[in-house]
This record gives sequence, C-alpha cells and structure tokens, in this order.
Amino acid sequence: MKRRHFIQKASAGTALATIGSLGLQSFTNLPKDTKITILHTNDVHSHIDTFGPDHGRNANKGGIARRASLVESIKKENPNTLLLDAGDIFQGTPYFNYYGGELEFKLMSKLKYDAATIGNHDFDNSIDGLYAQLPHAKFQFITANYDFSNTIMDTHTKPYKIFKKDGIKIGVFGLGIKLDGLVAPNMFKETKYLNPVEISQDMSRILKTEKGCDLIICLSHLGYYYKNNPNKISDLTLAKATKDIDLIIGGHTHTFLPKPTVVKNIENKNMLVNQVGCYGINLGRIDFYFDSNKGKSANGTSIIV
Amino acid sequence: MRFTHFFILLYVLIFLNCKQDKLQLSKIKGTQIQITDSLAIDSNIEAFIKPFRDNIQKDLDSIIAYSLSTYSKNDGNFNTAVGNFMADAVYSEANPIFKSRTGKEIDLVLLNHGGIRSPLNKGGVSKRTAFQLMPFENSIVVVALKTNQIDSLIHYLIRAKRAHPISKLNLSIDKNFNIIEAKIKGKTIKQNKTYYVATSDYLYNGGDNMYFFKPNDSIYRLNYKIRNAIIDKFNKLDTIKPNIDDRFIQIK
Repeated sequence: MKRRHFIQKASAGTALATIGSLGLQSFTNLPKDTKITILHTNDVHSHIDTFGPDHGRNANKGGIARRASLVESIKKENPNTLLLDAGDIFQGTPYFNYYGGELEFKLMSKLKYDAATIGNHDFDNSIDGLYAQLPHAKFQFITANYDFSNTIMDTHTKPYKIFKKDGIKIGVFGLGIKLDGLVAPNMFKETKYLNPVEISQDMSRILKTEKGCDLIICLSHLGYYYKNNPNKISDLTLAKATKDIDLIIGGHTHTFLPKPTVVKNIENKNMLVNQVGCYGINLGRIDFYFDSNKGKSANGTSIIV
Repeated sequence: MRFTHFFILLYVLIFLNCKQDKLQLSKIKGTQIQITDSLAIDSNIEAFIKPFRDNIQKDLDSIIAYSLSTYSKNDGNFNTAVGNFMADAVYSEANPIFKSRTGKEIDLVLLNHGGIRSPLNKGGVSKRTAFQLMPFENSIVVVALKTNQIDSLIHYLIRAKRAHPISKLNLSIDKNFNIIEAKIKGKTIKQNKTYYVATSDYLYNGGDNMYFFKPNDSIYRLNYKIRNAIIDKFNKLDTIKPNIDDRFIQIK
C-alpha cells in the first residue's frame, strides 16, 4: 500500500508539471520537427562501374561504389532516409550478360535499397530469370499494376509498402509500363498489366484514408512524358489525373531533368515528378520537412526545386 | 482512487489535444546530385565488385580468333566485308536451329547497316569484339514473307542506298537504280511463294523504317541473340577474312 501511495503521488506530480507548462508552451509531448529524405535512381541498366575517361558524354561519371559513399553520407546526415529504384535495373553491360542480375541485386542490397519497382528490361531474361535472382535482393519489389497471380512471381512482390521513419508513415506503391510491344510475350508470360490511373486511385485511397500515410510516393516505370503521343499514360499525365500523391519517382524514358518537375494534381495541388536519367549518373534527392507549426501549414506546402 | 481516475482523464485529454496537433508537411526540397569522380569510392563495394569484373574481363578478352585485316562498315558501297560477315554468321548459326525446330530453311538474312557499332579490327578477336560490333541485346527472328513483301524489302534496300548487311540475297542494279537481277539462294524469286527471312527483333518491329515485315504469315523467335551468333561464329573460325563481294552491286 505504501508503494502504491508513492506512485500516485509521483504521477500527480508529473501531471501537475504538465498542466503547469500548458500556458507557457503548448505541449511537452509534441512530436518534434523532422525531415524525411528520399533518394532514388532509375534505369541504372547494370552500370556498376564508373564510365571510363574516354567516354564522350559521361566520362568519369556514375559508378555504384561512388553512389554508395554518397548515400552513406546522406544517411549519416539524416537517418530518416529511404533509398528507392524505379526499375530497369537489368541489361546494359556484360555484368548482366554474365551474371543475370545477381551482382546488381547484391550491390543494391549492400547499399540498403529499401524498395524497387520492375521495369520492362527486368524481364530480359524472362520472368523466370527475374525470379531466379530474387534471393539476392534484400529489398522489396513493389508493383501495383502487374498482376503476377498466374506467374512464378506470385507473392514475391507487393502492391505497396509502408515505411515508418521518425513517426512519419510513408506509403510507397509501384507502377509498371505496358509490356505488350516492349517485351516478347514469352518473356513476361501471364503477367497482366492493369490500368495505372485506376490502380493509383485505389492506392492513394488505401494509403491515405485507410492506412493514414503522411507521405505517398509512386515508384513508376511508365516514362516521364511522350511528346509525340501525349495521350499515352506517363508520369506527367498520371500526376494530373490523381490526388494525394506527393512524389512520383519515374523511369523508362531516361529523362535527365535539370530539376524535379512541379505538377498540379487533379485537385490543383502541387506535387513533384522526378527522374534522374539513367546509368547511375545521378541520384535524386527529395527532402520532406515536417513541422508542427499550425500557422505555416495553413499557407500550404512550399516546394523548392 | 478517485484522484487516480482524474489523472487518467487528464492524460487522455492531453493526448487527444496533441493528436490534433500532428506534424504537417511544410516544405519539400528536390535536387539532382551527379555522381562524379569527386565522390569517394566505397572500398567495400569496390572490393565486392572486383572478382566479378576480373572474371568478365578475362573471359571477354580471351583471344578466340584472328582478324586478317581491319574491316569497317564504311568500306564498300552496297555491301561491306564486316556486314557480310555478320549476315553470313546469322545465316550459318541460326539456320540449323530454325531447321531443327520447323523443318524449314532460312531463305535470306537482312540486318541493318546502323547496327554495326564498330569496325572489326585486325588482330586478336575476343568476345569483347562481338560486344563492340553488336552491343545491343537483339535476338534473331525468322519472318515468313510473301513475294510482294520481298519486293518491298528489295525496294527498301535500293532506296536506302546503304550497305544493309544481307546474306543469300543477290541484287544488282543499274546506274538509275533499276533492278537488273534479284536472286534468293541463287534462284530467281518466284511469285506467290513464302520466303523465310532472318532478321533482328528490332528491325522486325519497324526499326530503321523496315515496315515490310508486318503483317506476315508467321514469325519464329529463335531466342538467339545476334551477338551470340557472332561469338559462336568466331569460335568456329581461326582466321576471319570476309570480303566485299557481288551480293549487292551497282553496274554503271
């Protein structure tokens, strides 16, 4: 009984201290300001080594060993970092021809990639060739619009994954490009391609409303934009047709953007589309700043690119 | 005890209040960071890659044949030695595969001049040579074409005025680019016949504006890369000495 009495007294003290602070500064257990950093690559195409000094445009650029040190320094600065890839990991150098993607996956695992989506070239050794390399990947494959249920990849991908960093819920979902005409049917077998816009609407609803995510990221291999075929689904057209997506990380078109593109979504809200060209020449970095200042949030989110 | 209840209630109230004061996304900052040689090399990653790289280099650079001379795709007007080598290699390596699967024979081969990505240099030839000649992953397909489509193919070649690599097709034109003679496997082209044309999946899909492949009776995908056909041919030969010949000529 004596002990119980003590606990009551102690908790009374804590509560009183809490009340005491009420008038001065809002709440003592307020979540503190935080920053989420998203790092991303796309279309690395087996470019593991740095380009040689005599390579015209890309001389001395790229290379996963340099990317590794960059990623590590950024993670040291902000541990609340995700590292993502938007597909076409495979094909482009003899590393793929000789090892079928094993080295690509092993290195991405060493760099602690969190997730990747699947590009059309990731089927280049057929869906069986992709499946065979999965044991080497310690990161999650995310695709919401490839229905793999009649294939060997069934259950080996997820439509989305939710990451929690410093109390912030980050929902990441994946989108792949239509494979018909890009990949021989005997390579992708019974993979079914589903409408990316409809799937994105589903995904953003699930992630925002049901799962209560603070950030929604789409990892897309649809391509940035098709100038000569503007009706073809692309990251820019997807962005305009959907809501609640904060960032589309793109690939496929090997688009070197000078900076991320600010796009208005269907609700006329600003969001970002980014893509970093190809061959591991660039790393994309998007920082999301969260704070508790109510006044600021009323003015909306500022985007600096 | 009543006192305790009061404090629990107080905690709940505070908690609820704070929940409303959730963190808000206030700012987004986006940048592209170039991977340049000013960044440090992660030595662990580098050490992990090294045995893979060394093994590939050893295999790629092992000499498997010798090239008698340097053969460039710019040497020759309507046919080139290097192009002839590639098209002939596709025929000799792919035809047995096609025959064993279908009982049919390839009638002619068509590749594209732009697809020859480097000269075949004099001296040692290795797998790397094949990667330089043909860095793309294109595979061989055999397309069943009717005679009228073969005519379109021939007219394409004449209009293009380029040494697109061909094999088993002989074509001679006059100074006005009119056909003097066109033969497939040494025989005159027959009307209403189906010819089996080996090409790359890239060209089959309309690459280099070769639109005469579609529609067609049938397509056979050999799942055999052009580069691998070249490597297989290298392995069978000691000395590579292709020639510019009379398969496509202009008689002035």
